[in-house]
Amino acid sequence: MPNSTTAGGFLLVLAIVLPAVGVLLSVALGGRHAERVALILMPVGLTVAVAIAVGVWRTHNVLQYFVGSWDPPLGVVFRADGLSAAMIVTAALLICGIGLFARAQFPSPQEAETRAPLIFWTLLLAVWGALNAVFIGGDLFNLYVALELLTFAAVPLVSLDGRAETLAAALRYLLFALFGSILYLLGTVLLYGAYGTLDIVLLSGRIHAEPVAWAAISLMTAGLLAKAALYPFHLWLPPAHAGAPAPASALLSGLVVKAPFFLVVRLWFDVMPGLADQAAAQMLGILGAAAILFGSVVALRQARLKLLIAYSTVAQIGYLFLMFPLAVRPETGHSWSTAAWTGGVLQAISHAFAKAAMFMAAGLIAEALGHDRLAGLAGIGRALPIAVFAFGIGGLSLMGLPPSGGFVAKAMLLTAAVAEGQWWWALVVLVGGLLAGGYVFLVLARALADSIEPLALLTTISRGRQAVAVALALCAVLLGFLPLRPSALLQIGRPDIAVGGLR
Amino acid sequence: MSDPTLYGLCGAVLVGLGLYGLIVHPQPLRKILAFNLIGGGVFLLFGVVARRGAAAGFGGDPVPQALVITGIVVAFSATALAVALLLRLFQETGQATLQSDAPTKARMDDSQP
Repeated sequence: MPNSTTAGGFLLVLAIVLPAVGVLLSVALGGRHAERVALILMPVGLTVAVAIAVGVWRTHNVLQYFVGSWDPPLGVVFRADGLSAAMIVTAALLICGIGLFARAQFPSPQEAETRAPLIFWTLLLAVWGALNAVFIGGDLFNLYVALELLTFAAVPLVSLDGRAETLAAALRYLLFALFGSILYLLGTVLLYGAYGTLDIVLLSGRIHAEPVAWAAISLMTAGLLAKAALYPFHLWLPPAHAGAPAPASALLSGLVVKAPFFLVVRLWFDVMPGLADQAAAQMLGILGAAAILFGSVVALRQARLKLLIAYSTVAQIGYLFLMFPLAVRPETGHSWSTAAWTGGVLQAISHAFAKAAMFMAAGLIAEALGHDRLAGLAGIGRALPIAVFAFGIGGLSLMGLPPSGGFVAKAMLLTAAVAEGQWWWALVVLVGGLLAGGYVFLVLARALADSIEPLALLTTISRGRQAVAVALALCAVLLGFLPLRPSALLQIGRPDIAVGGLR
Repeated sequence: MSDPTLYGLCGAVLVGLGLYGLIVHPQPLRKILAFNLIGGGVFLLFGVVARRGAAAGFGGDPVPQALVITGIVVAFSATALAVALLLRLFQETGQATLQSDAPTKARMDDSQP
């Protein structure tokens, strides 16, 4: 790896600085211009994200930027490998979709200054910048700061409407997040004390299998699990994600919970490659399996659409953690770990698109009906066909039916589980898929039923907003056309993992 | 007992007390205070690491000291945000407990057949 800034390194700085400039401009110019600032920055940010991905793809190497030309361990490095590039592009596409969708809900105020649009557009950009900082951070303490920025931007989005119940949900979310971040910081200080560096690449060369490393990694993982809402730390998620306005729910469920997951992947596969313990990985897998089963069953019992989708997020987060027992290699090593690793990452990306589309569809349905009770959905399939279609094809991905990104992801996890002789995870994947089918069907059956009396819609929903939801759901479907083998882009910057497995 | 060990143990005690408070107390304000207690413990550990890692003739390793300042700023902002949310919750409901989310709970309970 070249020990200096690479050619496209400045793009990484842009990915963080652009949203930050947008936040400052929005605050300075006020609510009447916040929307415009965000809408101008979106295509620019998307271009930067695509440029980063192209740069990583072309050079087949990591992009790096040494801040102030200082080398680690004193300096801080931004580093984008294939995984970062994929996540950055996913985030940029989703943020653009969410921005287009939110225009009708948070329009610029014409005369008097109003608070909600200013805060929504500012925080949307803040979340974007923080996510990019998480994806390209190469220093564990820098990642802590990025994670905190993300939390501070995400929490107020929950309580945008200022109702008491959403305030309580936001406060509970913040308390869980603070618990998680302080554990992460404790792990960071232990690692620094033991090895004298927090740079991921340097650390991966110095770390040994010894108690202080175990303690630090366990503390950091536990903290990140609380932020990722993995069972049993999921308590904060359903009220927060279901109570937020639809564009915010899409952002929180699609992207924000993926950042701590991304950091767990970094810790387990980049900071301590080959050191991770099978027993600990099995533990993560068990929590994931519990999340899948518990989340799906509780989702089936919900009577409100947004809560159902929020509990389905709890379940889908579980799938992400099934990759750890399958991808963490025991000493002998087996070629299926790469397939499982790719499956887990693809699940994160496809779930982001599918879940954002579903929350948008649910938001449109709730806006049209004035409620989101499942019992009152009859006839909505006729009134808002495009939104219900978006919900349906988003659901395909959750169930893991082809063609969808969820299918590719779950098929890889399933095959890896069978090939490695850990068949119990395959069983969990299958049962989870069936349960997901159950709750998606539950909604669609009600929505497509004929209503006895004609539906009185409160407002007309523009086709453009429904189209955004469909476009995001179609992204999840398109991921289903990826070949069923480890993706070449995701492998860039991962020399330790040989491309093998599903060929 | 050497000084770093003593300080390290103090940090550990603070973290332990804070964790206990964060988990056991239901009131959000106490949880926020407990979070700050853990934070204090962690920052003390940063200090210990700086002292222990002192090399090259410095009085202490400067990197953890830089980290600790950032950490304190982050913890301060977190506390401010949490207190602001709590104050707003108090204005809306007249209570400063998370039990006041009874509407959410009631709704979830109602929703079940």
